[in-house]
Amino acid sequence: MIPAAFEYKRAGSAEEAINLIGQYGDEAKFLAGGHSLIPLMKLRLAQPTMLVDIGRVKDLSYIKDAGDHIAIGALTRHMDVEKSPVLSQHVPLLAHAAGYVGDAQVRHRGTIGGSIAHADPAGDIPATTLALGATYVVQGPNGKREIAAKDFYKGFLESALAADEMLVEIKVPKMNGAGWSFQKFNRRAVDWAIVGVAAWRNNGASGVALVNMGSTPVLASAVSSALAKGASVADAAAHAADDAEPQADLNASVEYRTHLAKVLVRRALEQASK
Amino acid sequence: MKVSITINGSAQSHDVEPRTLLVHYIRDQAKLTGTNIGCDTSSCGACTVHLDGEAAKSCTILAAQADGGAVTTIEGLAINGEMHPMQKAFMENHGLQCGYCTPGMVMAAIGLLNENPKPTDEEVRLGLEGNLCRCTGYHNIVKSVLAAANK
Repeated sequence: MIPAAFEYKRAGSAEEAINLIGQYGDEAKFLAGGHSLIPLMKLRLAQPTMLVDIGRVKDLSYIKDAGDHIAIGALTRHMDVEKSPVLSQHVPLLAHAAGYVGDAQVRHRGTIGGSIAHADPAGDIPATTLALGATYVVQGPNGKREIAAKDFYKGFLESALAADEMLVEIKVPKMNGAGWSFQKFNRRAVDWAIVGVAAWRNNGASGVALVNMGSTPVLASAVSSALAKGASVADAAAHAADDAEPQADLNASVEYRTHLAKVLVRRALEQASK
Repeated sequence: MKVSITINGSAQSHDVEPRTLLVHYIRDQAKLTGTNIGCDTSSCGACTVHLDGEAAKSCTILAAQADGGAVTTIEGLAINGEMHPMQKAFMENHGLQCGYCTPGMVMAAIGLLNENPKPTDEEVRLGLEGNLCRCTGYHNIVKSVLAAANK
């Protein structure tokens, strides 16, 4: 399969990319690693007439210790997130989850920012950064603004990014020794999760987010509220799907997804509580 | 548009459409048909080549994205007719049946050993999760990779 025809421009900087995308409007798309966008274009599920290739904006590939958080450039590849000593030390949940994205070949090309901007509820990275309370830095023609992960996901493959805005950085709070777990339930290696869970817990505080349990990644706030009120792991996990509106597909019915979410959240919290 | 890609050490330039995929560039323009197209959806790994030294699925990369880069395909492994140790290991351990997945499997396996020179059996299986063999000859593929790692 070959994508429908499009024009191609390569940007050397974020500013140039934003300027280019502004000229072409809604019909243009940023191309980073391309491992979400190119498959969609082959299937004609996306048909941009202009691609602005930001894959060579190398100054957006970094992982920096910024005090209370780690700053990750949007063009940092999954493989670099997975193998980062800084993230392994301070945000081990994210480094671990990055190792579940696709396979080695995909992780060599796909980027953290691409995964987030693509806003696929079945993606591992959107839910993981949501659970961690990340903030996304986006840049437009008039400068930068910050969007909390919990305010970013608006619908299936829809985000709060304006057409002329580019995700440039992900700020992830340090976990400060919190217990954590990433659970991914699928039938075959490298498939998307039928349901996945990213969770951390530190004394009374916790963060739990669900993969593929609705049209967006889902913050399981009811689970964290229950834990904060002293509920047991089993009782808190019973609330796993309270914030979700899962959909049925070839892999799972709504009932099965709801069941899986409760089981996986329980397992995740047990692991995070050790 | 014109793209320049060094393939197996030979610098080449070809005119392509922006939508030309790297795998088509390799097969149709560079005339190297050892790299196979399997699923065409970045699932099966048959099209795996090395792009700038790392295993990548050439069906999901635009030739334009690889412009200025270096690609190694299965044809680029042998030196003066002498097979690469991974190719030899596949031959000696019956690591292929129909052979369709083999070019991608060998390229992914070499990429794996570049990153993890002495993998365990489990690490080989995990490391090759992006490559499917429809003959299901996985045991001997793993055996081949472990044999190559121990040489």
